[in-house]
Amino acid sequence: MSKLTPVLSANWDQADSFTIEGYKRSGGYKAIKSALEKTPDEVIQLVKDSGLRGRGGAGFPTGMKWGFIPQGDNKEHYLVVNADESEPGTCKDMPLLMANPHVLVEGIIIGSYAIRANHAFIYIRGEVAHVVRRVQEAIAEAYKAGFLGKNILGKGFDLELTLHVGAGAYICGEETALLDSLEGFRGQPRLRPPFPAIAGLYARPTVVNNVESIASVPSIINNGVEWFQSMGTEKSKGYTLYSLSGHVANPGQFEAPLGITLRELLELAGGIRPGHQIKFWTPGGSSTPMFTAEHLDVPLDYEGVGAAGSMLGTKALQIFDETTCVVRAALRWTEFYKHESCGKCTPCREGTWWLVQMLHDLEDGKGSEEDLAKLLDLCDNIAGRSFCALADGAVAPIISSLKYFRDEYLAHQKNGGCPFDPMKSTKFEMAGI
Amino acid sequence: MAFTSEQEAIMDSIVARYPRKRSAIMPLLHYVQSISGYVTPEGIEKISEKIEVATAEVTAVSTFYTQYKSEPVGEYHVGVCINTLCAVMGGDAIYDSVSKHLGIENGETTKDGKVSLERIECNAACDYAPVVMVNWEFFDNQTPASVNQLVDAARAGNPPAPTRGPKSLRTWKQNSEVLAGLSDGLAGEGVSAGEPSKLGLKISREGGAK
Repeated sequence: MSKLTPVLSANWDQADSFTIEGYKRSGGYKAIKSALEKTPDEVIQLVKDSGLRGRGGAGFPTGMKWGFIPQGDNKEHYLVVNADESEPGTCKDMPLLMANPHVLVEGIIIGSYAIRANHAFIYIRGEVAHVVRRVQEAIAEAYKAGFLGKNILGKGFDLELTLHVGAGAYICGEETALLDSLEGFRGQPRLRPPFPAIAGLYARPTVVNNVESIASVPSIINNGVEWFQSMGTEKSKGYTLYSLSGHVANPGQFEAPLGITLRELLELAGGIRPGHQIKFWTPGGSSTPMFTAEHLDVPLDYEGVGAAGSMLGTKALQIFDETTCVVRAALRWTEFYKHESCGKCTPCREGTWWLVQMLHDLEDGKGSEEDLAKLLDLCDNIAGRSFCALADGAVAPIISSLKYFRDEYLAHQKNGGCPFDPMKSTKFEMAGI
Repeated sequence: MAFTSEQEAIMDSIVARYPRKRSAIMPLLHYVQSISGYVTPEGIEKISEKIEVATAEVTAVSTFYTQYKSEPVGEYHVGVCINTLCAVMGGDAIYDSVSKHLGIENGETTKDGKVSLERIECNAACDYAPVVMVNWEFFDNQTPASVNQLVDAARAGNPPAPTRGPKSLRTWKQNSEVLAGLSDGLAGEGVSAGEPSKLGLKISREGGAK
């Protein structure tokens, strides 16, 4: 189980992996040839059969999402790729697009063909200039090679691909806010239904998929459903990118079958930094309730993490050791959600401000035991009461940290302030600087 | 400030990328920043004219997104990640140190107009923490000392190259052009991936666990 399975990352050590020549040398653009030999419905069926599920956090079956697009409706269809990667801790799509943008372009061609879309968009976050350059150049190269534009590979299929660069708004990673942003509005979530499959971009049937989900499609076409299903667990098939960061000896990206455990990943990453022990970690970004040392053997697949009380999310494994103050961590994440709340729904807009104020007092040692009950009550009145899941994510670090580290919250009060030395948790301390 | 006919033509080409004009608002705002360094009232008016919506609507969009600036920023805009993971790994110490070193706070620019400072949220490079972005290029694994040196060099007109990016650091305006979707021909420069990105691949090539 602990064997790594580099697929999307298999060519990242090649100096020209991001060019069309480099991508072709590692087998790129073969999948579009076989995909365009099939009917669109056959491609959808293949992706359904593979069991591929969304890699952006929610884990919805990709093929099923494609299948929701009405056919023969004489409307334009759109494929929109969510490359807004902004969930704290999440750092898989940006290195993927920097090193291997063509695998996404190839996946987009196949996905668009399957859902009968003639215009696709990549919505990429704006704070990554060099990743933008790489994707831009890959699209230009694909047009030049005849993989985009009119009559692709002589099969009568036309596809335009537009790169759209965001401008710093976490909320635009939420698919309906993303669509509003792409239409030229403030990025605020829409009420659903209607779902994007019925009324998405410009109120037309639209599929919104995460970068990694679409990038996984060419490998499924090339190697087949059985190959994909040979990896992973019963309901979580295939391989995926796990990102280890924080207090580990060697942070980085690890492509492995779904269901690997943090214990196994830590063995590969050289363990926790020397002389320290794991204290808490997120399985898939800050919006997924945190885990502790007791969860090292939880299978990191959709069901395993869910059964243990959290979510697989983006597989962003942020690791914190015993030098880290959990109240400080929860406060900082809450400040993030406050900053990123789009302001549409009152419980989230106002509630995140309240949460920050209470957590500040608690971190400064000015809170009381009753404040902890009030904090939980606030969370209860914020989660599930908004259009989108931002508010649910905002309360996750608070509720989960209180569950495992209630005493630490109280220790701040007894100590009259934070009992931790923040320098001890820095990387400079690690390096002995 | 009037826009040149060449700039007008570029704006028209940006509008033409989309099935509906209004979708061009974000790249047009990036483009205005590439000309003026920030979103000027003239820029708002020009965008409103190009996409045929009210200036108030353009302003509403511009003020929603943090990357659009309503006043000039430095030639080198320094963003220190202070989201939890980077903060804990040293981002807080870096921010405090560089803020003191420059004598400016979050959202301010040095008097010479060279460097501005911003506390930024997670920038999707957590395996390189603590991360600092300059003009939205990656400066990985930073320390307080390395960032102080970085800003000193930038003020002297000789900034270091990004860790994963082009061979030399471009200015805020130049990089805003990239974000507007215009190629600067530098995609081929820099590494494919940094070492942490390749760690799993390397271990796999070596035959599994060490």
